[in-house]
Amino acid sequence: MKEFIQSKDVAKYVKSGMSIMVGGFLSNGSPENLITAVLDTNVTDLTIICNDGGYEDKGVGRLISAGRVSKLIASHIGTNPAVGRLMQDNKLTVKLVPQGTLAEQIRSSGAGLGGILTPTGMNTVVAEGKQVITVQGKEYLLEEPLKADLALLGGAIADEYGNLRYRGTMRNFNPLMAMACDIVIAEVSEVVKMIDPEMVVTAHPFVDYILVGGQ
Amino acid sequence: MDEKVIIAKRIALEFKKGYLVNLGIGIPTMVADYIDHDQEVVLQCENGIIGIGPLSECTTELVNAGGLCATILPGGSFFDSATSFSIIRGGHVDVTVLGALEVDFDGSIASWIIPGKKVPGMGGAMDLVVGAKRVIIAMTHTNKGIPKILKKCTLPLTAFKQANLIVTEMAVIEVLEDGLHLLEVNPEYTIDQVIQATEANLIIDNVIPMKGIEQ
Repeated sequence: MKEFIQSKDVAKYVKSGMSIMVGGFLSNGSPENLITAVLDTNVTDLTIICNDGGYEDKGVGRLISAGRVSKLIASHIGTNPAVGRLMQDNKLTVKLVPQGTLAEQIRSSGAGLGGILTPTGMNTVVAEGKQVITVQGKEYLLEEPLKADLALLGGAIADEYGNLRYRGTMRNFNPLMAMACDIVIAEVSEVVKMIDPEMVVTAHPFVDYILVGGQ
Repeated sequence: MDEKVIIAKRIALEFKKGYLVNLGIGIPTMVADYIDHDQEVVLQCENGIIGIGPLSECTTELVNAGGLCATILPGGSFFDSATSFSIIRGGHVDVTVLGALEVDFDGSIASWIIPGKKVPGMGGAMDLVVGAKRVIIAMTHTNKGIPKILKKCTLPLTAFKQANLIVTEMAVIEVLEDGLHLLEVNPEYTIDQVIQATEANLIIDNVIPMKGIEQ
């Protein structure tokens, strides 16, 4: 059995300066209640790894708008004007990563690999400072693995064992992040007795804590 | 006819039966409205879905790559972001359609950043243009009269030499090893007007009226 926690318990697992991976794609599949719980603490100087910058009032964007984030690693920031504003004021550093590369950097760290070789970004600014490796006559960029201290997952349904399955397109980065972080907290919309083992996407050993009450 | 509709209608003719297609944001999204149902084209979105259907009332559970609420068609499936980009990067997408700020004579594409002005990020575009079997650029021919089809891109690249076809409201241009071939011209314009609006040299041998825009 997993430990089921309350919103107030989230404070125990967050601290200033830590790195947090947050699931979701334009906030679809982001854990809104966990994000609120982090906002209810006074942590700051966070490094956030997420597909995008969310919206000013939705998803991971709320942490950014509130000035809690000093570094954002994402593939897209166009939907949250706060990101550009904070960058101009030198209050936020943004590292833009191609979406497929970001997914594989996260997956590879969770899988214990030394990164991945990808053709994406060759001959662009993404390749600057990176090793180019030729395999079977084709050039690839070496992209290093990416891990974090904490994962906040959303879009899921749990069973009593802590197994997760996801709803619709809310799966996105969540199962990858579940494998790439020291502590994993999942926000779920409901808890069922047991998910059909064939349908489990994130197996319970990857999940540390569960907060019930998400969308 | 609206110039965006002209572009979308023309691109819809490029799909063959059973193609797996990824449509970007903006004009590319409109292409979906003009695909012949008999073609059984299947749409993939990088946030983790094959078989995306029309937009819908918001359910929060299912969005398209633009974050808008959508539906899934019979036979569709959901997957995580690593699988989604395996589909994209692995060459399993037949055609990707995306917008661009600039395209140059050798098919290099700039679409993700205007330094100092606009930095939305590349999202999945860098992976899509490298991985899809065929890359179609959907864009207006000029930016208020300033050519976007250039001898050499001035903005940071999304990818080097990846575009296969450029469709604008004025013309259809194919990118081949020896340069840009003018294939079709919208009858509302002359070949000379197209040449005037294009900075890069166009190879002109057998130009026909632009298909798909009758009525």
